[in-house]
Amino acid sequence: MAARRAIHRLSRRPDLMILESYLKLPVVYSCGPGEKSAVKSQRPLSTAKRPVNLDLSSIQFPLPALVSISHRVSGIMLFIGLIFLMWALQVSLSSPAGFDTVRDAMAHGFFARVVLWGLLSALGFHFVAGVRHLVMDMGHGETLEGGQRGAQLTIIISALLVVLAGVWVW
Amino acid sequence: MVINILNPGRNGVADWMIQRASAVILGLYTIFMVAYMMFHPDLDYAAWSGLFSHLWMKVFTLLALLSIAAHAWVGLWIVATDYIKPAAIRFGALLFVILALFVFVVWGVQVIWGV
Repeated sequence: MAARRAIHRLSRRPDLMILESYLKLPVVYSCGPGEKSAVKSQRPLSTAKRPVNLDLSSIQFPLPALVSISHRVSGIMLFIGLIFLMWALQVSLSSPAGFDTVRDAMAHGFFARVVLWGLLSALGFHFVAGVRHLVMDMGHGETLEGGQRGAQLTIIISALLVVLAGVWVW
Repeated sequence: MVINILNPGRNGVADWMIQRASAVILGLYTIFMVAYMMFHPDLDYAAWSGLFSHLWMKVFTLLALLSIAAHAWVGLWIVATDYIKPAAIRFGALLFVILALFVFVVWGVQVIWGV
């Protein structure tokens, strides 16, 4: 009976309910041999009355999740930015006049400098977050605290690089 | 079930390895380029095209270009399979990405071997 009550308590956990409503499926909680699943007789979710957590301010991404998403966003930015880098490579290597075109754009053009700063920032962050991946692949910082610490370090170092890139461009 | 037909490595382990190997090459290329720019604040065309006239620089740049293609392919495949649910749109987006990366590689080869 105690196990039964524990399963029942588990099935009332609000976080699991959010998971259930996200999956649009009842989550089958594990139970010991001989025990019946606590949710076996449950009706489909669409008709079930469940508390829904709509207080979005109480849901927060952990820092490592934000770093992970930023890694993806910066990667997409770099892919889009490739067209500018390829243009700069081609024109700067085409002729002395072409080289001056690129150099003047980077020295005076507002749009070119914003794009350059944005790309350097994305590159800086992507680089640092990527190094963090490699460090974690080697088995360092894989604990919960290590993951937090690594995410904090990634943000601090890349913020520094973003500022330095801005100083360099302007 | 996700049927993997547009990822470069055909399986997760190969993709993982491609991503790391290309990342190391791109990291080295990035460090080299940033250091070069820092040590040459008054860069001119002669020095710049002189750098790219070396065979090792052409090979290094080609390696970086191929790494960009592989790295972006793996990365954008992961992102696309995570966020784009309709198969047709995902397939189209990935085809576009692969085609764009192919164009960048050909374009880059043309540029660096034209110096």
